[in-house]
Parts: sequence; C-alpha cells; structure tokens
Amino acid sequence: MEELNNGALPDGQEQPAGNPRRNFLKQSTLLTAVALTPGVAVKAAENHVDEQVAAVFEKLPLNIEINGTKHNLLIEPRVTLLDLLREQLDLTGTKKGCDYGQCGACTVHVDGHRVNSCLTLAMMVDGKKVTTIEGLAKGDELHPMQEAFIKHDGFQCGYCTPGQIMSAVACVREGHANSEMEIREYMSGNICRCGAYPNIVNAILEVKAGGQQV
Amino acid sequence: MKQFQYIRPSTQQSVIAALSQPGTKIIAGGSNLVDLMKHGVMTPDKLVDINKLPLRTITPIKNGLHIGALALNSQVAEDKQVMEKFPLLSQALNAGASAQLRNMATVGGNMMQRTRCPYFYDIALPCNKRNPGSGCGALEGFNRMHAIFGMSDKCIAVHPSDMAVAMTALDATVIIAGKKGERRLPFGEFHRLPGDTPQLDNNLAKDELIVAVEIPTNNYAAHSYYLKVRDRASYAFALVSVAAALDIDNGTIRSARLAMGGVAHKPWRLTAAEKALVGKPATAASFEQAAQLAMQGAKAFKDNAFKLKLAPATIVEALTHAAGLV
Repeated sequence: MEELNNGALPDGQEQPAGNPRRNFLKQSTLLTAVALTPGVAVKAAENHVDEQVAAVFEKLPLNIEINGTKHNLLIEPRVTLLDLLREQLDLTGTKKGCDYGQCGACTVHVDGHRVNSCLTLAMMVDGKKVTTIEGLAKGDELHPMQEAFIKHDGFQCGYCTPGQIMSAVACVREGHANSEMEIREYMSGNICRCGAYPNIVNAILEVKAGGQQV
Repeated sequence: MKQFQYIRPSTQQSVIAALSQPGTKIIAGGSNLVDLMKHGVMTPDKLVDINKLPLRTITPIKNGLHIGALALNSQVAEDKQVMEKFPLLSQALNAGASAQLRNMATVGGNMMQRTRCPYFYDIALPCNKRNPGSGCGALEGFNRMHAIFGMSDKCIAVHPSDMAVAMTALDATVIIAGKKGERRLPFGEFHRLPGDTPQLDNNLAKDELIVAVEIPTNNYAAHSYYLKVRDRASYAFALVSVAAALDIDNGTIRSARLAMGGVAHKPWRLTAAEKALVGKPATAASFEQAAQLAMQGAKAFKDNAFKLKLAPATIVEALTHAAGLV
C-alpha cells in the first residue's frame, strides 16, 4: 500500500518518529509505486477494475474515506481493511483479536454499518466511508458511548473495548438496545475475556436512555 | 493469504464469463471465503467481486417475494415484508452469526458458505471435502457437532446456515444465471448430500451465479417458529435447529412445513412428519408423533448420540411455539 499523498498521515501530521524503518519502507515503496505507475493508468483503473487492470497491476487503486479523511491508495487485493488501518495507516485503535471474525475486536463502521474489518478485503470498501474508534470523539470531547464505558467501568484490560464501543454505537443506532436481553443478543459478536459484560450492558442502557444522538 | 487477482465487473455477463477460468471464485460479503482463505483451506487465483451487480433489492412479485442474491442478511431479517409475511425467515437469519457478520453476509453467500467441520478447517488433517481421497478425520475423531442424517463414509459434516433451513421449509426457489440464461431450482435441491463427492456442497455449476431467491406466498405467518439449540445463547452454530410452520384452522392442522439444521450435509426437510401432521389437532401428542416419525433413519456417532434425543425434543418445542401453545 502506498499513500499517493506524500505519505502524510490522515490528519496531516508528520510521520511519527518512533519507527524510522517502517517510515523508510513506506516512503521508498511510495517512490517505487509512483515511478512505476503512469497517472493515466491509475485514473483508468480507478474508474474500472477489470481483467486488464488486474492482470497488469500487482496493486490496485483504492479510494476510501476514513474518519472524514479521503485516501487514494494502491494496495494488494489480499490486504484486509483491518491490516490497512493498523499496518499502513497507523490507525491502531482498531484491534486484531482472533483475525477470523469470531471476537469482534476489529469492529468498524462501513457506511454507518458495523462489520468485522478482519474479514473485509480493503478493495471491497472502495468508494465507501469508514469510521474507526479514532473517528468517534469530536476533538477532546468523547463520544457519549466512550463516556458511558468509562463511567460504568465497561472494560478491564481494554483490548476488546474499541470493538465493543463501535458495536455498541451501532447497536443503539439500529434500535436494538431496548432491553438487557436485546443488548446481550445484539452484542454477541463482541467477546470480552475479562468478562466486563454487565458493565458494558449498563453503559449501553444508559446511552440509550439518555436519548442523545449517537 | 495466497496472492490472487481481483476484478470487479459491472455486468452479469462479464461475471459469468470470468467464472469459466479455473481457480476463479465469486466474492460477495466474503465472511466465509476470506476466513477460509486465511486458513489456507481455499486458495483461489482470482476473486470476482460481484457487488457492482444490481442484485440487492427485495421486491414483491405475483404470489411471493423476490430477494436479490446480494441482499444482506441483516437487510432481509429487518425487511418489513419479510417480517410480516415470512417471520420464520427473519427469525432464522437473526439466529445466525453476529450483528457484524449479518451486515456483511449476503443471501447468495449464505447459501454458498461451505458445509464444514473442524477437520475441514485444519489443513494438517485428512478431509475428503478439502482434499478428496484423503479420508474423513471426523468419522473416527471428535464428532460431537456432526450429522445424524444423510451422511456417507466420506463426510459427516453439517451445513451451518440457519437461513437455508427456513428457506427450505418455506419452499423457496433459487434463480441461477449461467451462459445459457436462467434456471430455477427448488431451494431444497440446491444443497447436496455428501455421497462419494463431499467436495461438492451444492448443485451450482462453476460458471453459474445465484441471482435471487423467491419465496411463495403462504398461510404460515401466524404460526411459525425457528428454534436454535446451541452451546451458548448467541453467536454459535446450531447443535440442532428446527424451522416449524403451521397452517392451523380451528385447532386442526391444514398443512405443515418442517426442516432441521445442524443434522445433515444440507438443510434437512422433514417431509414424512409434515404429511403426518395434516388433519391432526395442534396438540403435544400430534407433535410427539411427528417428531418420532422425523427421526426414522437417524444414526449417531461416538460423540453426537445426544442429538438423537435433542432433535425430536427440539421439533416438539418448535411446533409447540409455532402453534402458540406456550
């Protein structure tokens, strides 16, 4: 994957200095890709991923909007949305738990609907809008569901929490947060091995009862 | 994951043309295929993403409902027409997978998910379905989740879909497009029993595409119930599931539809039990009798003998709920 916009982070910050090797690899592959890919061909490929394009290119163009920032990328078709977020865009809030769709730690919203990003090929999200845990807060103001998880102690180790919160927001939006039983059923795709379930349910019940826009 | 080519055609014809190349697989939601590819169980050379095809709508037709193959499981489960006319289907869909996976999985993809068991998933172990001729690991292995009907000595895996059990009970029809145009297949004939070719889960040809499922209008909406018994309350495959639908007139059963999941290589229709219920009073005694009839020919393995008791009990319970007796 290469950012076609000089490798800048989505929010326009400089690349973090913590991992020079990763940054070097990113920038060098970016240069290679730009050198090897004629702009006209990229434009054509963006418009129509067809047989010719698939045969010629090892990497395909992907247009995706993540937390309000548009990205024009080149990626291998086998890259999952989860790996794109974590390994290539440094959006590591979304967690890799089982990587097989069984634990829900990787839950994100695609066009407003919650999905397992580990079983979603990034290419299949072309042209869509993705929201991750990093996209919920408005600046320093936490999302009501984030506030509720803190208030109700809806986590212990915290690893499943980003997925739980993304799923919880969707659960309320879908209208499936009307009772403890319904919440437990519609949150069953998110496993918490610390067993914070009662507190997670209480957090969701409170947000639902508060009636805020989520 | 092995490298593969990816194409996203915008017409049905180009999808079907692409399928004639060996090593090519369709991808719709990807919730089962990507999982299998990560495990190295399926290793396609090329994926044909069909999400550009206009197959996502649910539309009323004369005498029924037409559901596009790309309609999402969550979309169908929450569709007003489905909830009103075919609540059994809505219940079955909501009993399947998780909210996230139902937002990804399509109707066609749900049908095409592999009939499978842990031996199919572990590429270090023998499995006739994954590697024909290598043997069945489950036959003499740990077979608690496995079939009690219709299995062969080549494969004893079960089809995991809940949706397909309801579709079978509701007499749905599958519409399939191929090079020579469209053909229609009863839903109950779409999936296969393992026989000597367990590598084939269904009767879709390699260069064919599911375009829709149609469900005929019926009188079962007031008396139907999907009951799924599993190891935890939600998000687990069925040990046994039952789709029960009754048309009851003044306490007497006019007609019945019954199918089971978790017991065979395909959704298991209980035709003999359905016939036996016709004309009988909607009572526990009738349901017990039907359940006994349904279990004829069942055979258990080392670890799944409990299904011989669980299955008839689940049939009775589902019918009791469907009849409104609880």
